[in-house]
Amino acid sequence: MAADYVDWLRREGRIVIVGASLAGLRAAETLREEGFTGSLTLIGDEPYEPYDRPPLSKSVLLGKASPEHTELPRRRELDAEWRLGVPAAGLDLTGKRVLLADGEEVDYDRLLIATGVRARPWPVPEEAELDGVFVLRTRDDATALTEKLRAGARRVVVIGAGFAGSEVASACREMGLEVTVAERAGAPLVGALGGVIGAVAAELHLENGVDLRTRVTVTALEGDAMGRVRAVHLSDESVVEADVVVVSLGSMRNTEWLSGSGLGAGPRGIASDAGCRAFDFRGIVTDDVFVAGDVARSPHALFGYQFLSLEHWGNAVAQAETAAHNMICPASDRRPHMWMPAFWSSQFGVNIKSVGVPPMGDELMIIQGSTAERRFVGVYGFKGRVVAAVTFDNARWLEYCQRQIEQGAPFPVEYPTVDRRPEGRQPVAADFPDPSLPTHGPTVTLSGYSPADRRLVFTPGHH
Amino acid sequence: MTQPSLVARITDFANRADPYPLYAELRRTPVLHEEEGEPYVISSYWDIESLLHDPRISSDAANMTAAGADELQSESTGLPPSFIRLDPPEHDRLRRIANSAFGPPHEPRRVDDMRGELHTIVTELIDGFAGRTEVDLVDQFAYPFPVTVICRLLGVPREDEPRFRSWVDPLVASLDPETRQSAGPEFVQAAQEARTQLGMYLAGLVEERSKDPRDDMLSDLAAGKGPDGAMTMMEVLSTAVLLLIAGHETTVNLITNGMLTLLRHPEYLQRLREDPELAVNIVEELLRYEPPVQLVPQRTCITDIEVRGVTIPKGSRIWLMLAAGNRDPERFKDPERFDPDRDDLQHLGFGSGIHSCFGAPVARLETQIALAELARRLQDPRLVADPPPYRPNAVLRGPRHLTVTFDGLNP
Ligand SMILES: Cc1cc2nc3c(=O)[nH]c(=O)nc-3n(C[C@H](O)[C@H](O)[C@H](O)COP(=O)(O)OP(=O)(O)OC[C@H]3O[C@@H](n4cnc5c(N)ncnc54)[C@H](O)[C@@H]3O)c2cc1C
Repeated sequence: MAADYVDWLRREGRIVIVGASLAGLRAAETLREEGFTGSLTLIGDEPYEPYDRPPLSKSVLLGKASPEHTELPRRRELDAEWRLGVPAAGLDLTGKRVLLADGEEVDYDRLLIATGVRARPWPVPEEAELDGVFVLRTRDDATALTEKLRAGARRVVVIGAGFAGSEVASACREMGLEVTVAERAGAPLVGALGGVIGAVAAELHLENGVDLRTRVTVTALEGDAMGRVRAVHLSDESVVEADVVVVSLGSMRNTEWLSGSGLGAGPRGIASDAGCRAFDFRGIVTDDVFVAGDVARSPHALFGYQFLSLEHWGNAVAQAETAAHNMICPASDRRPHMWMPAFWSSQFGVNIKSVGVPPMGDELMIIQGSTAERRFVGVYGFKGRVVAAVTFDNARWLEYCQRQIEQGAPFPVEYPTVDRRPEGRQPVAADFPDPSLPTHGPTVTLSGYSPADRRLVFTPGHH
Repeated sequence: MTQPSLVARITDFANRADPYPLYAELRRTPVLHEEEGEPYVISSYWDIESLLHDPRISSDAANMTAAGADELQSESTGLPPSFIRLDPPEHDRLRRIANSAFGPPHEPRRVDDMRGELHTIVTELIDGFAGRTEVDLVDQFAYPFPVTVICRLLGVPREDEPRFRSWVDPLVASLDPETRQSAGPEFVQAAQEARTQLGMYLAGLVEERSKDPRDDMLSDLAAGKGPDGAMTMMEVLSTAVLLLIAGHETTVNLITNGMLTLLRHPEYLQRLREDPELAVNIVEELLRYEPPVQLVPQRTCITDIEVRGVTIPKGSRIWLMLAAGNRDPERFKDPERFDPDRDDLQHLGFGSGIHSCFGAPVARLETQIALAELARRLQDPRLVADPPPYRPNAVLRGPRHLTVTFDGLNP
C-alpha cells in the first residue's frame, strides 16, 4: 500500500518547493536525479533564479564578481514550473495547499520548505530607512551596497562582527575605505568561535586598519536633513561619522508565513526529525512536509541529538539532498541528515574554516601551528571529547579533525603532531559568551541538549 | 624457498609493466607489515587519504633517517631538504613562498597564461615527426615537452636544457627504493654529485636573476615578495631542484602512460580526436588509473597510531600505495576499468593534504594539451610493443620508451 503510494508519487505526484534558492534548487535537482517524473513547482519570493550568497560579502563587494553573475550552476535540466517573485503566504496542512501572496493556491502531494533566513534589520525602523543604511543578504542588497561603496564612501560603520560583518569590513579595507566595526562582545567572531580565537580575529582587524570597537553597542543612527545617515552613536558615548552603515546583526528565520498552519515553526526555525520531516507544533512528525537549509532545525546524532540550526552553505546542500531523497523513497530507504557541520569564511586574506560545532566546546587546544602567526588548527573539546575544530590558513588538516569528531576522539589531545608549538600543549577555556546573553548571529544554535530539557512549547509565529 | 615478500615483488622490475595484480593482493591486508624493519604498507583508498591528512605522520627527512631508511641524505650535498621532505612550520613557509611565485593570489595567471606557449611547444614537437612513420614518444615528445615547460617557468635558458638530463637521471633513479638498495656506494655518490652540480648551476642563475629580475619563478623566489619574506639562497636552490625534478619525471610518465592507455582503448582515442574537451576527464581518470607517482615512501609516524585495528609503532616507516588506493573497490565502482566517463572522477594521483602536488595545475594543463594534440595529429597510431619497456623506478613508474607507428601527420 505505502509502496504503491511512493511508486505513484515518484511517477506522477506533485512536489512543491517553497524557497527557490540554494536548498530549493539542490532538492529539485536531486528529485529529478533520483527519478521523480511528476510535476515540480518552485516558489520563490525573489524575482531571480537561484543564486549563490557567499560571494555577496566577498568577491562581489570587491568588484571581482557582479551580483548579476552569481547564479548557482545547474547540475541538470529540471523541467519545473517556476513561480518567482511571489511569496508563499500560508499553508493549509490538511488541504495540502500552499497559498501564494497573489491569491493563487498550489496543491501538493509533498512539500519542501526551504525559505531560509533574512537579515535582521536595524531595530528602529526610521533609522533603518535612512539612506546609506544597508543589510546584506540578497542580491539586491549587494547591488545597492556595492554601488554606494563605489560612489565614494568616506567611512563605513559595520554593526556586528560576526562572519558576515567581518567579511564586509575586510572587503571595505581592501578597497581602501575607512571602516569602523562596532561589536557587543569582546572581539569579532566570539559567538561562533569563542574568545580565544576571537582575539586572533581582533588582531586581524587591527592590523588591517579597521577601527575596531568592542564591548560597545550602537545606540542610534543619526541622519541629516536629507534623510542620509551621517553618524553612529555608541554606548560608550562616542560618535562615529559615517556615510555607510552595514547592519550585520544576524538573521531571522522566514517562518511567519507558516503561522497558524499547525507546523512546528517559529523564530528558531522549523523543527524536523533527522530525516528532514517537519514536526507539527505538537512534536508529531508529518509525513508530507519536509524542510531543509537555513530555516531547518534538526537533531544531530553526533551531537547528542541536539537540535541544530545551521546557517551553512554545505548544510543547505546536504540537507536538501537528504530531504529530496526521503521525499520520494519508501520508509525503509530513508536516511538521516548526518552532515558534519562545516563552515568557511575568508577575511583579511585569511581562509577560516570550521567543522563540528565550536560553540558546544568549552575548551580549546591548538594542535598545529600557532595563533601568533595566525595559521593554526584548534580543536574544541566538550566533556572529554573533540566536538569541533577551526583552522586559520591550515584547511588541509580539517579532514583529519572531522574524523576525530566523528570518532568521538578524546579531548584533551595527548599525542604529538608534526607542528605543535609550545602554546598547544595545554587546553584552555575556549571562552564562549554566556549563552543566555543575546548575540547578533551565531552561525549555529543549539537547543535542548538532552531529551529531559526538551520542552514542548507552542511558539506562535511572530517574532 | 618461500615466496619473496610482497614489497619485494612490487619493487621487483619484473613486475613493473603490470603491478596492479600485486596491488590487489596488497589490499587484502590493508596494513601490511611483513618483517621487522620493513615499512607498513597502506593500500586502501580511505586509509591513505586519511593518513595524508594526519598530523601525526611526518614527511621530515630527519625522521626518515631515524627510522633507518634513506642513505641519500640531502645534507651531504650541501643543500637543505626541500619542502616535500619537511614538516610544518618549515614546510608551510617554504611552500607558501614558492606558491606565491607560482599561483594565486600573487601570480594568478602564471599557469593559465602559458596555455598558448604550451600549444606552441607541442606543435613544434609534433611537427618534428614530419616525414617519419615511427617515433619514440618518450624521447621525442613526452620528455622534452615538460622539461621545456619547467625550464620556461623557472627561467632556465633553453640551450641549457640538455645538460639537465645527466643531472636529473641519477637523482630520479635514487628515489626508487629498489635501485637504491641494490646500487652500490658509487650510485649514491653519483646522485649526490648530480644534485650538487644542479645546485651550483642554479645558484649562478639565481644570482643573475636577483640582479636582473624577469618574469619567471626564479626571479620571484630570489626577490621574495609576499608576506613570508624571502627564502635563503640555499632554500631557493633546493626548491628549484625539487621543482625541476618533479616537473621532469612525473609529467613525462603521465603523458606516456596516457598515450599508452589511449592506444589500448582506441574508442577514447577516437573520441578525444573528435572532442578535445574530453582531455580534462581523460587526464583525471589517468591520474587514477595509471598515476605517475605510484607510492609515497617518505612518511614516518611520530607517535603510535592505529589504522584498521593495527597499531603502527612510533617511528615506523609508512608507505602509502597511491596506485593501489586508486583501484580500491571499496572506493570505486569497477576500479580496474579505464572510464573517463565515470561521474565520480576522484583519485590520489596528486596525493592530498599539505604535500599534495604543487605542480598539479601545470601537469594537468600540459597533459591535456599533449594528449589532445597527439590524438588529433597522429594518423592511425599503433603500439609497436605492448607492454613497452619500463623504467626501473617503482615509485615514479612509466615506460622508458613508447614506440608508436603511424601513417602520417594531420596538419
Ligand atoms: C552574505 C552572505 C555570505 C555567506 N557566506 C557564507 C560562507 O562563506 N560560508 C557558508 O557556509 N555559508 C555562507 N553563507 C550562508 C549561506 O549562503 C546559506 O547557508 C545558504 O544560502 C542557505 O540556503 P537556503 O536555501 O537554506 O536559504 P536562502 O539562501 O536564504 O534561500 C531562501 C529563499 O527563500 C526565499 N523565501 C523566504 N520566504 C519565502 C516565502 N514565504 N515564499 C517564497 N520564498 C521565500 C528567500 O527570499 C530566499 O530566496 C552566507 C550568506 C550570506 C547572506
